[in-house]
Amino acid sequence: MSTIAEKILGEKAGKDNAANAGEIVDCAVDYIMVNDITGVPAFEVFEKLGREDEIRREKVVVVQDHYVPNKDVASAEQAKALRDYARRYRIEHYYDIGRGGVCHQVMIEDGFAAPGRLIIGADSHTCSYGALGAFSTGVGSTEAAAAMATGRLWFKVPETQKFVINGTLKQYVMGKDIILHVIGDIGVSGSLYKAQEFYGTAIESLSLSDRITISNMAIEAGAKAGIIPPDEKVFAFLNGRVRGEYNAVYADGNERDYEEVFEYDAAEIVPTVAKPFLPENTAPASELDVPIDQAYLGSCTNGRIEDLRVAAKLLKGKKVNHEVRMIVVPASEKVFQQAIEEGLIQTFLNAGAFVCGPTCGACLGGHMGVLAQGERCVSTTNRNFIGRMGHKDSEVYLANPAVVAASAITGRITDPAELTL
Amino acid sequence: MRIWKFGDNVDTDQIIPAEYLTTGDAKELAAHAFAKVIPEFSKEVQEGDVVVAGANFGCGSSREHAPRALLGAGIRCVIAKSFARIFFRNSINIGLPLIEADIFDRIEETDQIEIRFDDGVIRNLTKNEDYQFKPLPEFMQKLLESGGLINYIKETKMGIKN
Repeated sequence: MSTIAEKILGEKAGKDNAANAGEIVDCAVDYIMVNDITGVPAFEVFEKLGREDEIRREKVVVVQDHYVPNKDVASAEQAKALRDYARRYRIEHYYDIGRGGVCHQVMIEDGFAAPGRLIIGADSHTCSYGALGAFSTGVGSTEAAAAMATGRLWFKVPETQKFVINGTLKQYVMGKDIILHVIGDIGVSGSLYKAQEFYGTAIESLSLSDRITISNMAIEAGAKAGIIPPDEKVFAFLNGRVRGEYNAVYADGNERDYEEVFEYDAAEIVPTVAKPFLPENTAPASELDVPIDQAYLGSCTNGRIEDLRVAAKLLKGKKVNHEVRMIVVPASEKVFQQAIEEGLIQTFLNAGAFVCGPTCGACLGGHMGVLAQGERCVSTTNRNFIGRMGHKDSEVYLANPAVVAASAITGRITDPAELTL
Repeated sequence: MRIWKFGDNVDTDQIIPAEYLTTGDAKELAAHAFAKVIPEFSKEVQEGDVVVAGANFGCGSSREHAPRALLGAGIRCVIAKSFARIFFRNSINIGLPLIEADIFDRIEETDQIEIRFDDGVIRNLTKNEDYQFKPLPEFMQKLLESGGLINYIKETKMGIKN
């Protein structure tokens, strides 16, 4: 009897049966993703192997997303070096600006992520594809390089923790609140070295977009993967976009296979904010009275069309508080296009928000919204570490898109229910 | 040698802030290690220094730039109560030795220590104490002995098409 992680890793290691937690296995990977920060070091290491003619180019995906459009000469040189590598090795799955977006959104939209697949990415939020039933995890540049040459990578098979969230979610409670609630409970090392699996009626009722937010932030509890068993919503999404065949993998449903089981009542989860400087420092948005300088809507965590719709609905006919700068960054060109077609971008512009094309940008303190000393930002992103979005004495408060939009209107961290009372 | 002590949950943004991620060169990265939180680190750190930390060291980003910056700065070992998973793998894969041991309260920054990897002993010369640690699994020791994953693949001809 096995978990999803044990089954996928067992199959990819060429075993007849599932792998066992604790075992070290050598697995064939389906895709290897690198971005503009991790890609150049990966190709440099790859060339040190001296096996350039063996590159598994069909497995390699290259996305320029972190410092795009390039923020300075150094990042432009880095992007150019990555572009040159992609040309030299004839990488077909290459995404430059104007045609891609934030790497994880691209991996999902363009059909790389699918149930049962083993995907590695030189970016920690690669765990996002667990929302589609994949085992996907972040690796370093050296590991990406090794897999480019060999098509394989070693894994220590993780123990799995089961999270069951049953019940009905309240208005303005999203996937973000579920995962912040869980991290607030188990802590930022609560899932260290482990895989997470998510079950329950609340998870089943979520859109795929909200599920991606949950899997995306599995790493913020230290997890190796955050997997949600795929259902009809996932299969419908994949229809017409998935590359190749896939096989959905499910756990055997035996409680003893899990190292630990956590249960939560969905009705008790409220719009939640993670205060500086760790994602585990959670509090209900309604209990905070924190003035903000910036409101950021975007990222691989919450930059999808569903997120933009939630925020636009609250901002429609309203104005961003005169003390606040609001920044809206759709996670991909496709999301951007869709948001234009639906009139969401017009709503943001009318409200006085700044809107730009997809980039990781300010989420990691790169550009397009870096914070000054003493400034506070309420953000739909995933990390609120010291100096994450800029000056070491700036602060990031993590929240869902509805809280960010409501806070942009009032100028302080706000539970959206307060606006609609 | 000097010991640099850190608390729990030291994230990779602290180890090497994102604004310096326009190079993968260990020496260049080392010049900005802990730039935001310990501005004097890069000036004072010396070859052979050791980092001693609490739980979940290296959490956050997958940037291999973090262990590269430490290696480039001359750090020869990181001892922590526990490590974030990707940082752990990255360090082993680039040949930076890690020790998982709960000795945070036993070692002062001014102590002199010796590490014997073969028999799993950290010797505190200042206090005249020995601390045992569990050696890494055999496979990871082999990776470290090879000098990292790339050398290991070269030596073992892993995954070569034939």
